[in-house]
Amino acid sequence: MDFLNSTGLFLQTSIQMGTPLLFGTLGGILCEKVGHLNLGIEGMMLLGAVTGFLVGLKSGNPMLAVLAAGAAGLLGALIYAIVTVTFKGNQTVTGLALTIFGGGVSSFLGKSLAGISLPAGIASGLGTKEVPILKDIPVIGTALYKQSIYVHIALIVAILMYFYFKKTRIGLSLRIVGENPSAADASGVNTTLYKYVHILAGGFLCGMGGAYLSLVFVPRWQDNITAGSGWIAVALIIFSTWNPAKAIFGAYLFGALRGIGFKLQNVQIFGSFEISSQLLDMIPYIMTIVVLVFTTIRKKKENQAPAWLSLPYFRENR
Amino acid sequence: MLKIVKKKESSSMQSTLLRIGSVLIALVASAAFIAALGYNPFVVYQNIVAGSVGSAYRFQETINKTIPLVVLSLGIAVSFKMKFMNIGAEGQFYLGAMAATAIALNFPTWPIYILIPLMMLGAIIAGGIWCLFPAVLKSKFGTSETLVTLMMNYIAVKFVSYLQYGPWKDPKAKGFPRIAKFSVNAVLPKVFGIHMGWIIALVLVVIIYIIMSKSKLGYQISVLGENENTAKYAGMDTTKILFISVIIGGGLCGLAGMIQASGIEGSLTDQLSGGLGFTAIITAWLANLSAPAILVVSFFFAILVQGSTYIQSSMQIPSAVAEILQGIIIFFVLASEFFTQYKFVLVHKVHKEAAK
Repeated sequence: MDFLNSTGLFLQTSIQMGTPLLFGTLGGILCEKVGHLNLGIEGMMLLGAVTGFLVGLKSGNPMLAVLAAGAAGLLGALIYAIVTVTFKGNQTVTGLALTIFGGGVSSFLGKSLAGISLPAGIASGLGTKEVPILKDIPVIGTALYKQSIYVHIALIVAILMYFYFKKTRIGLSLRIVGENPSAADASGVNTTLYKYVHILAGGFLCGMGGAYLSLVFVPRWQDNITAGSGWIAVALIIFSTWNPAKAIFGAYLFGALRGIGFKLQNVQIFGSFEISSQLLDMIPYIMTIVVLVFTTIRKKKENQAPAWLSLPYFRENR
Repeated sequence: MLKIVKKKESSSMQSTLLRIGSVLIALVASAAFIAALGYNPFVVYQNIVAGSVGSAYRFQETINKTIPLVVLSLGIAVSFKMKFMNIGAEGQFYLGAMAATAIALNFPTWPIYILIPLMMLGAIIAGGIWCLFPAVLKSKFGTSETLVTLMMNYIAVKFVSYLQYGPWKDPKAKGFPRIAKFSVNAVLPKVFGIHMGWIIALVLVVIIYIIMSKSKLGYQISVLGENENTAKYAGMDTTKILFISVIIGGGLCGLAGMIQASGIEGSLTDQLSGGLGFTAIITAWLANLSAPAILVVSFFFAILVQGSTYIQSSMQIPSAVAEILQGIIIFFVLASEFFTQYKFVLVHKVHKEAAK
């Protein structure tokens, strides 16, 4: 129970557990901001996880493996975008189908990968790195600077996305696409292009998030390696009220809960009271419902889901 | 250049043909995909069919897999018809299974003709209430039911795990986390070698068909689904209709959980559904929410699932192929929906039509 005794180690574990969630959440936010509810995050993460592992195994090149994982997620998102943007298919059903499809492809390709370990190049490229000097800061040093570079990429992407939405012209247009596509269209924004670009970028991030699990965290192939991370990401998008900066904290918080549940199995505290890891696992979902209900009651504009979320946009119907 | 224009609403015959056509195209695309993976698609398809209906035993297995899909899809169809995007079938399934299990474990000695109906009733009530909660949130606060029902799935399944590893763990299982097996009286009897869930499913198809297309409630549900304001102007109590139909929808999903626990597993586990609640959303959608079509589509999907477990042993092809095929088929059908409302035309033709 080392990690519970040291705050630094505890934070380190929480951040590691939260990193794939953060990738999935950021990818999902990009997609939902243009008004597309994508329940295929889990599927895209699985596509990324298996492709990243396969490419890592064959090439031994960490960079290539991560990019391939992103590309696999992007391909999944491309199917989603073609069906929902171009052909205006139902987003909920398309997303679910993408999760089933991604799960199928990953189990199919992963069948022969069980038990194989990755070449050493992957671990040296993506494994835990200590940043000199900074790692010696108490608590935060261990939490932030004894981590895989992957963890830092997620953080940087989240911060960049925050400024992208708030401070850039394209970010503003993209929010209008999600809120009121007719208005965006009227002001000369190419809604279809915006939707495609952001849905695909979101898929890329989800794919990378999946590969964090297969390349860094586990790092071996297991069937259904994401074990519901993509669904927690769907919850986190709501929990963080579509805000990438809040998503960082949300993801690490949910990561911490997962970490405690994972490590605390059958540990008894307070004499005979047994913490049930299954009940702990429920907390993120309960908290998400609470947040969702509160934001809909309070009706504060900046915390709402994009107004056009999950509705198809028929440009020809204006 | 291609341009999209609206066309006259297709007839239901046309849209059915379009759907069947897109499934056929999807099967061709899947064949290409299977070939790309290095297998002969004709042999694979042939083995899937042989593995699912090729012998009495395999046929029974296929029917076993059809039953929960039918019942779940019927429940989902009722909600979807109202545009209540209930993706919580998985959770409602587990709630039903849990209620049935609680009854089965507490009254194991009660006669079967009391115990089984009681378990069914308990399952329907539990599933219905689980589905009512997001409906109340929606009608009171406007909270998105899609997201709430989704979250509630995981709460339900984690709770089953909690019971399985905690309070309901069978002490006789030597520490193995397992819930006790049901007594004989709590197991659905077999009719023609298959548990009687198939009779329940067939009866439900008829009942739901009658409710949805012949009754007042069914009419109200479809008006409400088309346009909430129309329903209000017509003087319908929209909240009441919403609540009644989510209880029916959630109740059916709960009943599916009871059937699966009693007829197949003879107990409750947190693996009982294995994603059936999500697959059923797809089958309900593919069937265009029509009860008789649900029967056909569910059987077709069961063939895919059962056939794929067969090719795993006969051809050493991972059974995950079923999920890949399901995904490809639904992608094509979803995209084909577009052509019931729109068509592509060449731009110069548009001008000509406009000039007329």
